[in-house]
Amino acid sequence: MAKAKKSQVVKYNKWGYIFLIPFVLVYLIFQLIPLFTTIYNSFFENYRQGIVQVGPNFVGFQNFVTIFTNGDIPTYFSNTMIMWILGFVPQILISLLLGAWFSDTRLRLKCASFFKTVIYMPNLIMASAFAMLFFTLFSDIGPVNSLMIQMGLISQPYKFLSHTISARGLVAFMNCLMWFGNTTILLMAGMLGIDSALFEAAQVDGATSTQVFFKITLPLLRPILLYVLITSLIGGLQMFDVPQILTNGDGSPMRTSMTLIMYLNKHLYSKNFGLAGALSVFLFIITGILSLIVFKFTTQEEK
Amino acid sequence: MPNSEYNDVEGGMGIVARRILAYIVLILLTVLCLFWFYVLFINSTRSNAELNRGFTLLPSTYFAQNLDNVIHGTLPIFKGMLNSFIVAASAAILSTYFSAMTAYAIHVYDFKAKKAIFTFILAVMMIPTQVTALGFVSLVNKMKLTNTFIPLIIPAIAAPAIFYYMKQYMESALPHAIVEAARIDGSPEYKTFNTISLPIMKPAMAVQLIFSFVANWNNYFTPALVLNKDNVKTLPILIAQLRAADFLKFDMGQVYVAIALSIAPVIVVYLCLSRFIVGGVAVGSVKG
Repeated sequence: MAKAKKSQVVKYNKWGYIFLIPFVLVYLIFQLIPLFTTIYNSFFENYRQGIVQVGPNFVGFQNFVTIFTNGDIPTYFSNTMIMWILGFVPQILISLLLGAWFSDTRLRLKCASFFKTVIYMPNLIMASAFAMLFFTLFSDIGPVNSLMIQMGLISQPYKFLSHTISARGLVAFMNCLMWFGNTTILLMAGMLGIDSALFEAAQVDGATSTQVFFKITLPLLRPILLYVLITSLIGGLQMFDVPQILTNGDGSPMRTSMTLIMYLNKHLYSKNFGLAGALSVFLFIITGILSLIVFKFTTQEEK
Repeated sequence: MPNSEYNDVEGGMGIVARRILAYIVLILLTVLCLFWFYVLFINSTRSNAELNRGFTLLPSTYFAQNLDNVIHGTLPIFKGMLNSFIVAASAAILSTYFSAMTAYAIHVYDFKAKKAIFTFILAVMMIPTQVTALGFVSLVNKMKLTNTFIPLIIPAIAAPAIFYYMKQYMESALPHAIVEAARIDGSPEYKTFNTISLPIMKPAMAVQLIFSFVANWNNYFTPALVLNKDNVKTLPILIAQLRAADFLKFDMGQVYVAIALSIAPVIVVYLCLSRFIVGGVAVGSVKG
């Protein structure tokens, strides 16, 4: 009897494998095989110079040495990080403030769902179209310049994309605008998860809302803040659409707004597969390490 | 507490004052978020000559004319919208359905490789597709799938992040007892999944359908590597083309209309379903 029942369960459980077939097959073909080809390519010299095809020749770690020593990776990595930080710092500050306000029961904000709807909206907008919009608005003859001239703030149009600060600033500003709503909602969910008895106890003790925020909310929010930080960092490393469209792929001025993925994209188009491979492996290792942190984080509560 | 009095006087800003401050900041942020879309709307109703004259906050009357110019212009925006819709809708349906199926396999059944596969999917969840783009493009070339939608649609079947969302949802909404009851009634396993479990998953499926559609509609990096013929290009590629073209020769009214057309569908969908979407954001991430 027991044996019959067991075989019955086993019979059902083979369906677990059957239901997994589509995922495993597609993942294998379109993710895993490309990953191995990418790693494989990183060890070969393989590019086109004019009409002459060089390679593929096995060169060991030469491609990795090249992208680090010719300054490409250090430059584009720091560009990416600077623009990410410029966007992330205001984003997290605004999100913490809004999250605290939205989840504060004493404050009782009206129209909270309206505000949440509005601040989340930029997150869903096509980044390339948004960047194109900003490009037209901030171009030399665009509305922002003509508005500033009309108001008498400047006499000559300010060339936003010819200055490092303003080009990076625009990218960071757009990223901040697109993501602060998302971060606010995540942090708010975290704040609502905090035991309300703690807040009540603090209130009874006469703590101000500033004290409550720094002494209770913030420490208890640490895991979620870490999650937001790491996922945003992974997203930041993927920064592409906005600077690509804004600067037409050249990372102007003087490549100071060129990100790692823009550089990868450039090599993929010019068919320099060796360097593109090395760059991909570098990115894979970094995002892999960051993913492990997120992974630890998502699984720790299930234990 | 020695400093409680001090708090009451200075640190304890009155609730009314804090509320006013909160509203001011929220209104400023609302303006900051909506201003760009307002300018886009205004500028798409103005003619090129008006646009060159300077900036105003009032709409003009050239929207129909600009739209007509886009329709008869060189850039196949409407074909692009159709292409984007085909890709985004198909990818969204596939990734939602098959992620639910994958999550179902892990949630309902007990088999040897279960833990390993679940761990693997979670571990690769955050790794961006860009890092395998090189291998992906060469694979697509080898399979002769360049300029087709297949490499943009089929890979959507394996979507770890959507899988994780579905798995989380199943844990709270799909008790094993339901599946067992169906078994006793003699329902085959695939039928239990399709006719009993999927309907229970409806809310999660709807949220993921929207998110997946939007993500694919907006995707620029992969389509740009796979599609290079005009008749298959999706909207983001056309936007990039608009950016690369000699800017000053363009009729700016048309540029604004083209941008408006590529973001309008998402905004319309969002405004209809916003409560749903905003509510769904936090669920998939971490348990508070």
